[in-house]
Amino acid sequence: MILATDCGSTTTKAILIEKVDGEYRQTFRGEAPTTVEEPAADVTMGVVNSVTEVAELADRRLIDDNGEVIRPATETEGCDLYISTSSAGGGLQMMVAGVVREMTAASAKRAALGAGAIVMDTIATNDKQLPHEQIQRIRELRPDMILISGGTDGGTTTHVVQIAELVAPAKPQPRFGGEYRMPVIFAGNVDAREPIEATFDESVELSLVDNLRPTMERENLGPARDMIHDLFLEHVMAHAPGYDKLISWTDAPIMPTPAAVGNILQQIATQRGVNAVGVDIGGATTDVFSVFDGTFNRTVSANLGMSYSISNVCAEATLPKILQWVPFEMDERELRNRVKNKMIRPTTIPQTLESLMFEQAVAREALRLAYVQHKEFATTLKGVQQQRTIGDTFSQEAGGQTIVDNMALDLLVASGGVLSHAPRMQQTAAMLVDAFQPEGITTLAKDSIFMMPHLGVLSQVHAEAAVQVFERDCLIYLGTCVAPKGSDKPGKTCFGFQISGKSIDARGEISVGELKLLPLEDGETAEATIEPARNFDVGAGAGKAMTRTVRGGTVGLMLDGRGRPLVLPEDRTVCRQAVTDWTNALGLADLARLN
Amino acid sequence: MAQAYTPGLKVTPHTQHRVRRILPISGTVLKSVGDRVGASDVVAETFMPGNITPMNVANMLSMPPADVPECMLLAEGDTVEDGTMLAQTKGIFGMFKSTCASRVAGTIETISNVTGQVIIRGVPLPVQVTAYVSGEVVEVIEGEGVTVENAVCFIQGIFGIGGETVGPIAMACENPEQELSADRISDEMAGAVIVGGGRVTGDAVKRAIQIGAAAIVSGGLDDADLRDILGFDLGVAITGSERIGLTLIVTEGFGEIAMAERTHRLLTGHSGREASVNGTTQIRAGVIRPEIVIPLAAGSTPPESDNRATEGLLETNTPVRVIRDPYFGLIGQVADLPSEPQILGSESRARVLTVTSADGETVVVPRANIEIISE
Repeated sequence: MILATDCGSTTTKAILIEKVDGEYRQTFRGEAPTTVEEPAADVTMGVVNSVTEVAELADRRLIDDNGEVIRPATETEGCDLYISTSSAGGGLQMMVAGVVREMTAASAKRAALGAGAIVMDTIATNDKQLPHEQIQRIRELRPDMILISGGTDGGTTTHVVQIAELVAPAKPQPRFGGEYRMPVIFAGNVDAREPIEATFDESVELSLVDNLRPTMERENLGPARDMIHDLFLEHVMAHAPGYDKLISWTDAPIMPTPAAVGNILQQIATQRGVNAVGVDIGGATTDVFSVFDGTFNRTVSANLGMSYSISNVCAEATLPKILQWVPFEMDERELRNRVKNKMIRPTTIPQTLESLMFEQAVAREALRLAYVQHKEFATTLKGVQQQRTIGDTFSQEAGGQTIVDNMALDLLVASGGVLSHAPRMQQTAAMLVDAFQPEGITTLAKDSIFMMPHLGVLSQVHAEAAVQVFERDCLIYLGTCVAPKGSDKPGKTCFGFQISGKSIDARGEISVGELKLLPLEDGETAEATIEPARNFDVGAGAGKAMTRTVRGGTVGLMLDGRGRPLVLPEDRTVCRQAVTDWTNALGLADLARLN
Repeated sequence: MAQAYTPGLKVTPHTQHRVRRILPISGTVLKSVGDRVGASDVVAETFMPGNITPMNVANMLSMPPADVPECMLLAEGDTVEDGTMLAQTKGIFGMFKSTCASRVAGTIETISNVTGQVIIRGVPLPVQVTAYVSGEVVEVIEGEGVTVENAVCFIQGIFGIGGETVGPIAMACENPEQELSADRISDEMAGAVIVGGGRVTGDAVKRAIQIGAAAIVSGGLDDADLRDILGFDLGVAITGSERIGLTLIVTEGFGEIAMAERTHRLLTGHSGREASVNGTTQIRAGVIRPEIVIPLAAGSTPPESDNRATEGLLETNTPVRVIRDPYFGLIGQVADLPSEPQILGSESRARVLTVTSADGETVVVPRANIEIISE
């Protein structure tokens, strides 16, 4: 019997995991408002409330008379294991610094993001900012922690000491009052440790860890990430109200929520040997996680979200681009006002179909922009020496190529309000496909009740249980998307298909620009042979056929002949017609109701 | 009876208002408990440590960083002027010496023998804090600032731009529906807090800036006009530092929307009185809304019943306003609060309520899409 909680900034969610017929299953869940702020100012109250709800539903006593989680489990009460994640109080906010923005500073940013932090700013010696502006910035931001990197082991120490000399006089003040010293982690050139120690006085808590970029060719983010987690618990969390109590209750260290999500995605990708992308779109931010060939990356797009940041999505994507996804005319002036009204009153919900379709159009652009940012960040290491052959002479590829490859992507997982709460599952699938544009054959899924954080911590202490619950209860499979890469004139053949399974036996052709949905139940699989036209590639090469087992789901099998990259017609009338056709083909909405 | 809670904005004719006026870093408090202060009076002041200017002396004198300390003519803690000689090389047989001078005035903070950098802290920058709202100093926070208290009429807006300002209230619209257009703003309104009715037009804002008004308060604003005023498309509602020439507050939202009748009535009642206005808005965890604070005449007493904020209990007959399309701006009374969630036009399931407007129209809206208003 395992109890897990996730203390979010607004809600604390508790789930119970039990062994049912020899398998671990998630059985009950409860939620309650998070109680970090006044008047409660004790996070454990929200935890107890959410666990009490679970206890009532499960008809099992989980909290004792002292208001603590009962352990170990007996026949009738308690649990064997209690774990928790937290993003309450705005999560972990960090600042990172490195010598060169594209090299050590980028590695430091990857380490911080991977540890679940929000990176407020990155400082590097090759910044456009003047030194005094950089110092002013450090002063204003008040991060929870600073990570400094720079230099390869045995290399020059001057530049990295210069960075420390910028941070030290800024005397950064932590967010949670003045009684604790700002944690600063140094993960740079080992030879610079002595001068770095001399640069900082006792006003900061300096920790030294292994260099996160020991050589240009190698990143070693583990030690820095671990130190971030330790300091997060020791300093940041320990100063947040009630956390000392919560820390003493849990059987595994409390993790920042995004770090836990990253953990479970990594675990699943490694175990199944697949490449996976996960997304969590919220009101203010969008998190994208990816695992390609075992390399994990995470980005947080701070101002791409569906309520607080909706206006920013419209400003960045532009309104005409968003309206491309809407199959009817809308007044731009009116829409601008609506978007701003959502921004100032973020808790309102779309009442009409028209309003919902507009919000889902905004979501497509928010997700697309967040994925663009992710691709730019998840790259091979820059600054690596490469051996080039004569054949490479005309190729301009250098270090820093994105490792995100949509053709190699196997699993795309959605979570977050607009994706999870869409009234029709087809809408979730369509938003994912339109925004991420997976190529070849990709399985689509969504996180049922945002359970990934709980399972992320669980995977550290009980991997088997975490994987079983993830597979059985966490993911809702939407189905599979088949989308060859390439382009041609609309109406020409894009690919032929032959699909056979227990409940399906279909064959036919998909034209360029066409979208078709075939039913394939959840839990079912089918053999799909795809024969792309000359200009299209489904994964085996241009024009080459491929046979694969595809997975069904609540939506089914999406056969997407719109080509990749997906380009919408420029003419507004033609575009509106195309989007109307796709809406009807996928059953996204009953457009007749709008008239 | 069915009930629910919904957030709203605070609009109250009489409240004891306390405002903490704190320096960003410790300094000197200039007032004592019991002092009467005006809105523009300075209550505390200090000096911020000056800006940092790093000077790479090693590079400037073409010498190894380790040699910098012994070539320095001044030590850490010494004050320098712009042009003061900082360091000098030993030269060759005492000749051909190179020198380097400070680029700024300040104090030498550190001299590094690793990087060869000398860090100079500039002259301290003065920082002052005013009372913002007139009243009595009721608390002195030693070295930090004061708390000022007064009986005020307090009105929160929904969104604003621009920071703190003070001026007399000048009514430009007779009723809450009337649009605030440029022709309603006269030269006599210079320095005033201009109060409109419904939507304020972009031209009216330009005219108010032109005549030197302190602030504009009105019901609504078009986003297209906001973009013109700011010069960019506002992405996230974190405002307060804009410098557009005045402070602008909308009390209801974007688009054609009338100011709440009660808000307009309160502001009309205080026409000519001094108001302290702040457009700072932060819509995030720990929300900050723009505010209009009107100190009341000494000895004024709170009215008996009309002192409730708009935040609170939702029940049948509660006056509410719909804050989202398709009924955005509709004002009415709660007719029914069914407890079971219902399917909306968007096909989502949500808890709803029924609102009956003054002309008898009855609409069903999600509970998330209304806010309580006070009559």
